[in-house]
Amino acid sequence: MSAPYDEATEGKVYTVSGNDWTELVGTLSGQQDEQLVVNMGPQHPSTHGVLRLVLNLDGETVTEARTVIGYLHTGIEKTCEYRTWTQGTTLVTRMDYLSPIFNETAYCMAVERLLGITEQIPERAQAIRVMTMELTRISSHMVAIGTFGMELGATTPFLFGSREREMVLDVMEYITGLRMNMAYIRPGGVSVDLPAGAVDKVAELLKVMPKRIKDMRKMLDANPVYLARTKDVAYLDLTGCMALGITGPMLRAAGLPWDLRKSQPYCGYETYDFDVPTEKTADVYGRYLVRIAEMEESLKIIEQALDRLSGPLKGGRVMVDDKKIGWPAQLALGPDGFGNSPDHIAHIMGGSMEALIHHFKLVTEGFRVPAGQAYASVESPRGELGAHVVSDGGTKPYRVHFRDPSFTNLQAVPATCEGGMVADVISAVASIDPVMGGVDR
Amino acid sequence: MSTDNLPGVPEEPVARLGMFGAQDSGDTSGYGGLVVRRAPRLSTPRPYGGYFDAVADALERALGEELADAVERVVVDRGELTFHVKRERLPEVMRHLRDDPALRFELSLGVSGVHYPHLEGEELHAVYHLCSITHNRRLRVEASCPDADPHIPSTVSIYPTHDWHERETWDFFGIVFDGHPALTRIMMPDDWDGHPQRKDYPLGGIPVDYRGAEIPPPDQRRTYK
Repeated sequence: MSAPYDEATEGKVYTVSGNDWTELVGTLSGQQDEQLVVNMGPQHPSTHGVLRLVLNLDGETVTEARTVIGYLHTGIEKTCEYRTWTQGTTLVTRMDYLSPIFNETAYCMAVERLLGITEQIPERAQAIRVMTMELTRISSHMVAIGTFGMELGATTPFLFGSREREMVLDVMEYITGLRMNMAYIRPGGVSVDLPAGAVDKVAELLKVMPKRIKDMRKMLDANPVYLARTKDVAYLDLTGCMALGITGPMLRAAGLPWDLRKSQPYCGYETYDFDVPTEKTADVYGRYLVRIAEMEESLKIIEQALDRLSGPLKGGRVMVDDKKIGWPAQLALGPDGFGNSPDHIAHIMGGSMEALIHHFKLVTEGFRVPAGQAYASVESPRGELGAHVVSDGGTKPYRVHFRDPSFTNLQAVPATCEGGMVADVISAVASIDPVMGGVDR
Repeated sequence: MSTDNLPGVPEEPVARLGMFGAQDSGDTSGYGGLVVRRAPRLSTPRPYGGYFDAVADALERALGEELADAVERVVVDRGELTFHVKRERLPEVMRHLRDDPALRFELSLGVSGVHYPHLEGEELHAVYHLCSITHNRRLRVEASCPDADPHIPSTVSIYPTHDWHERETWDFFGIVFDGHPALTRIMMPDDWDGHPQRKDYPLGGIPVDYRGAEIPPPDQRRTYK
């Protein structure tokens, strides 16, 4: 039985528990103007993870949309305070799980700024960062577009998107050892240089991917059903975006070419040739067009980065020269997985006592970061991803805060959904592309 | 022993002794005598360099005489500009930062809380990162409040994006943003006790199956500090 309630304060409450629809309709007859409150989520296939929407419906029109989050709160920010600066990358990579490399890069850039070594990061490491970031952008956008298609009832875009994403993840696995959550970017550079054959793998992807993106375009760009579901849906203009702090494809679909890679370049983005796609429609379709055009631009960047990595930057260092910060060993693949290279182990176990002590100190104790605070941001697939990192001068962060674009962009749900149809809520939320791991952290 | 030949020790209070911060028994690291003092509180004199002077000038023009009263100190550190603003003047300063044509920080990147239990009278900090798209500039604004009176005026009316960010900072740090339209918990369940990101929030240990032993909570373990 349902709990007793006060009808005067809460209004008439109907409890629906399944198999009682006829009964409910019977009770409701003659009261069609009643508002219906629908709980969408937190477990619902089209709410992108554990997002809960409380919708007030008047017929099929949404009169009020409230967003409830926190179902995936993992306390990563707090956990970071009890792990060393280097271990932090392993934690932050799990926040926005569709764009792990971006989380790591933002965090590492903030730590590097605190250390004052931003200028000393080797160029090869920066080019690897750029390449892996753009690969991740493609895989993230593929998921965004694919799941969006599925949520609107078309499974083919999802299958295509997953297939393309898997291709990128295979390359990432080849480079970093893991498909996701790779903790590859480290303060001072990257954890390991590209393995032999990585350049060919990426080149192969560059050959296949343009056609795959074209296939996706063929399927969706002028699809009448898709257009009907996306055009003029979830309109949010530039003023609304600014007020709500929206960044990323949503902002660019409202016409503002604001992309941190262009406006405040990092990791050497100023040396790459690419465009910032924008649309003026400020609707779901515009956001889709921006995302798909961004993937094509990403391919351009990857191509340029690959040329450098296999050309002028070949054989360069991938970790900062400072021995007090950089990880002492290169990693190598052994029979039991990734680990310190056999050369390094031979050196510390058989050759140099000092090297052993140094390795031990740096790995167990970590390095100290001068007290202060820094904010570093990158253009993630969803917008500005910022890391606010505070140090008290110790071997562990004092505070790590992530300004996650999904978290901020999700505030646009009421602005884009209220007054529209309930079916358009799905398109609106999908066009925001929230990743709950990033929202709740 | 004569101490004439040793460098002068700064006056900042002691942050920690030894490497492990061990309270109960000796510091096994061999550095038990190490004294680590707190980092000094910075305040940067003019000129700040880069566009920072232009921002400070514009804010001075906008606020006039009241600048000295509203902005407690200005810090330029690691290429970032920070204004420490008195909490009661925060909305006014933020409004100028957003609206003044020479400042135009249209985009706020939200609020981040930091808990400094050792800073008496300003234990809780709210840190705002602003970005000007017009001028392509960045700025950090910091306001603080004492633990005994954890109130900071809300800035949701100026930057609507702060809605969720202020709720998050309330949830995690217990800073009450006065004037927020609906200051409720956002990450933790509604009936949660305490504010988990605070440094004094009790952490749990891990019981192990050996004669009632327990692995101490992470903040009480012996680790390099």
